[in-house]
Amino acid sequence: MAKVMMKGNEAMALAALKAGCKAFFGYPITPQSELPEYLAKHMPKYGGVFLQAESEVAAINMVYGASGAGVRVMTSSSSPGIALKQEGISYMAGAELPAVIINVMRGGPGLGGIQPSQADYKQITRGGGNGDYYVIAYAPEDLQETVNVIKEAFDVADLYSNPVMIAVDGLIGQMMEPVDVDMEVSKRELPEKTWATTGTQGKRPPVNINSLYLDPLNLEKHALKLAEKYRLIKENEQRYELVNMDGAELVIVAFGTMARIVRSAIELLSEEGIKVGLLRPITIWPFPEKAFNEIPDSVKGILSCELSTGQMIDDVKIANNGRLPVGFFGRTGGMLPEPEEIVSAVKAMLGGLKHE
Amino acid sequence: MINEKIICAGFGGQGVMLMGQLLAYAANEHNLNTLWYPSYGPETRGGTANCSVTISEMKVNSPVISQADTVFVMNLPSLAKFEGKVKPSGRILINSSLVDKKTERTDINAYYIPANEIALKLGNPRVANMVMIGAYLGLTKLFEKETIIKLLKKSFGEEKAHLIPINDAALQAGIDYIEENYPQ
Repeated sequence: MAKVMMKGNEAMALAALKAGCKAFFGYPITPQSELPEYLAKHMPKYGGVFLQAESEVAAINMVYGASGAGVRVMTSSSSPGIALKQEGISYMAGAELPAVIINVMRGGPGLGGIQPSQADYKQITRGGGNGDYYVIAYAPEDLQETVNVIKEAFDVADLYSNPVMIAVDGLIGQMMEPVDVDMEVSKRELPEKTWATTGTQGKRPPVNINSLYLDPLNLEKHALKLAEKYRLIKENEQRYELVNMDGAELVIVAFGTMARIVRSAIELLSEEGIKVGLLRPITIWPFPEKAFNEIPDSVKGILSCELSTGQMIDDVKIANNGRLPVGFFGRTGGMLPEPEEIVSAVKAMLGGLKHE
Repeated sequence: MINEKIICAGFGGQGVMLMGQLLAYAANEHNLNTLWYPSYGPETRGGTANCSVTISEMKVNSPVISQADTVFVMNLPSLAKFEGKVKPSGRILINSSLVDKKTERTDINAYYIPANEIALKLGNPRVANMVMIGAYLGLTKLFEKETIIKLLKKSFGEEKAHLIPINDAALQAGIDYIEENYPQ
């Protein structure tokens, strides 16, 4: 199938339709509004429901309802809107309801700005709402990968009965690239949704979808069951890419758009004879801790590069477990670095390491 | 090896985004890797707008262009803002109808194209952007004019099919202007 040029937001919407998404509830916000706009136009052709809710809070609770009825459902927003949805996401994690949530990140805190950012990293990877839970979070770097992980995300959400977030920045939403939305992705063996509220037909007892457990012993049991699920996800769903690791002096950890800028910086550095590798998380939760075991002995330090003031660096330090010095480079507020800025940061870090 | 980094800049309403999109679409037609990225924000007609396009035989990495091979300058504010982004011995295509200044750079190739005047002569100032694309095709020979026409036909559809001839003429006028004024 030939690749077609699509805008990121539209490609994400089409990927959801291809994955069998049958309901979308959302509220507009820059820089992701083309996504609901596309679905408003095309969802009916796929026999699904598109609804623009009166608020983000309403939208996420509609997602809860549709998911409870066993429907493949999605919502999308950008940072401040995702913040508003956190209550519903926590309820869904508690009630073990699957859904796909797209966050086209913009600068924060508060209303912040509308330019690309990765400053929701901690909110995404620590749950975001109240309670003991996580959302599985993918952070793809280009449109083909974005489309592919969205198609997989619906399966992953159903498999673990848990919300899955797609964390991209505003640039990925706004840019155009050639993309093949019909590219094959791996499918999961999915259990039947016996828990869905589809009506008893007088043949089975009613099901109950709920996140309220007033008996603390029962709630502890529930939390431990969730914890076991998250352990399994950590074991099975870490995804990452290692680039240019052989003989590298330094490894950069970066995801999404930042990873692409880092790739250009690595090329510039290699022209100067400086070998730098890239460890690119594709899942940011679970964080790809396993990848850190593959860092070769030639590496003298790790540089976390982010579109924030430094959030993923905490996970880098946990995964690194004190083995190597960890440095940071970031731009935030919607600013994107030029590859040359990363080149300078690498040289500064390597220079500092030599003096130690 | 094709590895073109292009910035198109001008007023909102001049068709600056379309210029970049057409080049990106054309690249995809030729199975080249490409990435188009618009400036986005509280943009308005008459405000400034720009987009960047990378066209490459290799995988496109950084979407951020720090050193452009080609910069299109459609209005005066864009000259000051983007002439510094042209890489040494790169090219700048200036719409001299609206930009009465010359570039201060001496290490780049500058082409002054009176795009609005040419477009007006053809009967519609709105095709000034196509004159510029024509000039680019004339300079780089990266794509055939027919590829651009084919893409325009697809994007215009039946409803705007009557606009194809003037766009075709504008592209050709750009190609001709380069041939006459900047013979290679």
